[in-house]
Amino acid sequence: MTAFTTTPPPSLDDPAFADHFLQLVGDGDEYGAVEAVTALLDAGAPPQRVMIDLIARTQSRVGELWAANEWSVAREHAATAISERALAAVAARTSVRPSRGRITIACVDGEWHALPVRILAETLRLDGWRVDFLGASVPGPHLVTHLHQTGPDAVALSCMLAIRLPRAHAAITASRSAGVPVIAGGRGFGPDGRYAKRLGADAWAPNAEEAVARLSADWPPAVPGSFAGSASGSRGDLHGDSLGGSLGGSLGGSLDGSLDGFLGDDEYTHVVRRRAELIGTAMERLVAAYPAMTAYDRRQTDATAEDMGHIVDFLSAALYVGDDRIVTDFVDWTAGVLAAREVPPAALVAGLRLIRDQVRDCPRAATMLNTGLTRLPA
Amino acid sequence: MTTQLPDTTGDLIEDAVAVVPAPGLLLAALDASREAVLLCTTADDTILLVNAAARELLPGLAPGRTALQAPITGLAEAVAAGEQTFTTEYAGRHVLGHRRSLDDAHYGWYLLDCTEETRRAEALTLEQSRTAFLAEAGRRLSSSLHQRRCVRTTVELAVSHLADAAVVVLPADRRQCDWLRLVTAGAVEEGTFRERNLAEVPGLAEALGGFPPIPSRWLDAAQVPAWLLPEDFGPVGALLVTPLPGNAQPAGALILARRGPHAVFAADDEMLARIFAARAGSAISAAALYREQVDTTAILQADLLPPELPQLDGIELIGSYQAARDALRIGGDFYDVFGPTETSPETVVALGDVCGKGPEAAVLTGKVRQTLRALRLMDAPPAAMLQVLNQALLQAGRQHRFVTLVVGAVRRTDHGRVAMTLAAGGHPPPLVLRNDGTVEEVPTSGTLIGVVHRTVARTAEIELAPGELCLLYSDGLTEARGGATGTEHYGELRLHDALASCQGLPGTAVVERVRQLVSDWVHGGIRDDIAMLAVRAPARTPLSLRGGGAPNVSPFAIDARRGDRRTRQRS
Repeated sequence: MTAFTTTPPPSLDDPAFADHFLQLVGDGDEYGAVEAVTALLDAGAPPQRVMIDLIARTQSRVGELWAANEWSVAREHAATAISERALAAVAARTSVRPSRGRITIACVDGEWHALPVRILAETLRLDGWRVDFLGASVPGPHLVTHLHQTGPDAVALSCMLAIRLPRAHAAITASRSAGVPVIAGGRGFGPDGRYAKRLGADAWAPNAEEAVARLSADWPPAVPGSFAGSASGSRGDLHGDSLGGSLGGSLGGSLDGSLDGFLGDDEYTHVVRRRAELIGTAMERLVAAYPAMTAYDRRQTDATAEDMGHIVDFLSAALYVGDDRIVTDFVDWTAGVLAAREVPPAALVAGLRLIRDQVRDCPRAATMLNTGLTRLPA
Repeated sequence: MTTQLPDTTGDLIEDAVAVVPAPGLLLAALDASREAVLLCTTADDTILLVNAAARELLPGLAPGRTALQAPITGLAEAVAAGEQTFTTEYAGRHVLGHRRSLDDAHYGWYLLDCTEETRRAEALTLEQSRTAFLAEAGRRLSSSLHQRRCVRTTVELAVSHLADAAVVVLPADRRQCDWLRLVTAGAVEEGTFRERNLAEVPGLAEALGGFPPIPSRWLDAAQVPAWLLPEDFGPVGALLVTPLPGNAQPAGALILARRGPHAVFAADDEMLARIFAARAGSAISAAALYREQVDTTAILQADLLPPELPQLDGIELIGSYQAARDALRIGGDFYDVFGPTETSPETVVALGDVCGKGPEAAVLTGKVRQTLRALRLMDAPPAAMLQVLNQALLQAGRQHRFVTLVVGAVRRTDHGRVAMTLAAGGHPPPLVLRNDGTVEEVPTSGTLIGVVHRTVARTAEIELAPGELCLLYSDGLTEARGGATGTEHYGELRLHDALASCQGLPGTAVVERVRQLVSDWVHGGIRDDIAMLAVRAPARTPLSLRGGGAPNVSPFAIDARRGDRRTRQRS
């Protein structure tokens, strides 16, 4: 494995080099990883390519290895930390004089997957943006204060998990109310960014490269709250399904964030308010159904309660944006993770049923959970 | 009359045809009508008759001439084109004409004076567009507290509705005036000019001096200096300079320019510009006030925020500070690091929690940190630092102000190990993560600082092997409420587990992971500050989580490369 540090010059096109780098981050070999990217840069690789084709891709493989139960959580975290060091090394080697506007980059409150956003921050810096990177899990008020203080031309908001969508909506609304257009990114907004549209973002990009491209031309998308638009963007359009349909090519429902409506309905409110009760009751009934659980220690109980919490949270998010695919995607993904760990899906089925039985008076919620259950063997 | 007539309409018409009135009577009847009527021949459009109303509405029409050559262009064009209706403006009146065929040889134009209606409709449209413009201006201007953004919005709005070019000039600061301008279909430009050039723009010095706006007609547009507008703007036809009213002094001045020799700013335009300027001015001055406050707060905060952590040889420091959601990003929790002095090679770390929140807590935090810094320069050991700090706080005389604190003196020993002397005053004891994954509580405890005169502090000595880590934390971490019920404390047991799950991780990853686990636990914004400071003995070889990963390099080579190590300062 040390062969690459000497001869021949490393190349991004060499799959063996990518494997080598994965090995380095997986072993927590900070020096090795930093040397690898440095060698690439020395061999003339553009820093953007190193960040996107090597570091970002390696990071998705790290996620896959964790999901497949090949790597432990600790190893995943260590690898992420090493990738961040490698990224910092790439960033330290390159400096670009800002020639474009200023952009604020943040992860939604509660969102901790900072590496993809850090890569975006560095790529935008290389593209001539002046970047303020606020980091992981930025509370809404902190974001808005920052916007008022710096007056950026855009906010790039990352959300990797659909359960943060309601909070992402709050952040998008607050940013647009402060007159700053929002570009959304991250898996949480759906595979095609469909929830970004729903939540009123001005644009969406699936990855750093496309975000850079989207921001480099025709930004801001339109004068926020332009004269003609504000009259037609009546409040009535903002609710329900008409929103998605009326958007067409450009995102952004109304042109003024402050006019956007709260998307949740009574069922969403009901489920969110009863979160603790739903989890508590589900846990009690689970113990009644599986007496073995009485022997669970605190860690196992915590973990089970956390799983129940996930079901409720994904359900809430699905209700908020009105799309049951959030529940089915969650069920499919969890089933995959469980299968990799050779855990039968019975526990997930039991959890979904226990929550469903408690939301029978919420027809949409119950239907969503039933749809989720159809993805699993009974 | 109707009751005496025969009961069928057919009879009535026959009777009417039977009695042909004299032409003079018909003429008189037409002249008495308030509707303007022209009678023309179909053959050659000769005007046969112009009734009195038509003569008044359209002076210059006379019988005998052809309508094709009528001085009313709208009429002549409609006749030529065979139109059935026309509208035109003639002699200051808006006229609407309808053509009616009368018999095979004749037709008539029936003309209406709609000057009033047109004027009212125009006024209404204008008023509606003004109202909409001002509503949009109010909304967009109030959305931001950022000054440059407000100024930019001001010129954008002005160009969209008021003029071909708009320039905002801000009050002079150190003899320089910032300006920002926009021309229709252009991009926003900005720059500065010297204060002494103010007078070159008619009315600008007055506007910035706070005088009432000067009417546009008094300003000579020809005197506009070339530097004010882009070169290709062309000659300025009309100029309007309006103050942007601020709090104590004007927030700036708005210069509006229209192109072309006939351009004017009418009285209505000036009024609208003034109303708009009032809104823009208050938004810009609010933003300026906000910036002043932010700048002041930033200066005050600078000493209160967690410090940049020094990069030390053989000791890794990782800090994390999360302020509660509300208020400023300063609160009761703090940590600080004091590097080696001339007389002592030790590094002193401190992490504490001042009772209370907000500015009061922050001020006390600042005092505590300053006192600790001074004590450090005296090379006081941790327990003595706590004792002296206690005396200092008691003598300051502020009641009900106390601090919990843990202080540690850190030094390198041999074989890459790190030793720490720790003393705590009323603070949760630090935790140590060993290489085998066990988590130990550092056996130190002591009295709260700033409450009683006699304090006790039990000092503990610990040693960290390469890769091991000692975590100092504030109780915001263990007291974070969340979990399934949303009200349960995170607790020390969970923190132990969390730390144990970090076995083999780099220091930054450990702190980040603990932060993340607590954030997941609270399932929402944290309600209390959380401060963490980790001291770690750097792993001597790249850590191997799976075996076989360590490249074959000598420990010496690693030492040589240690200078490259970039410790992440704050996460």
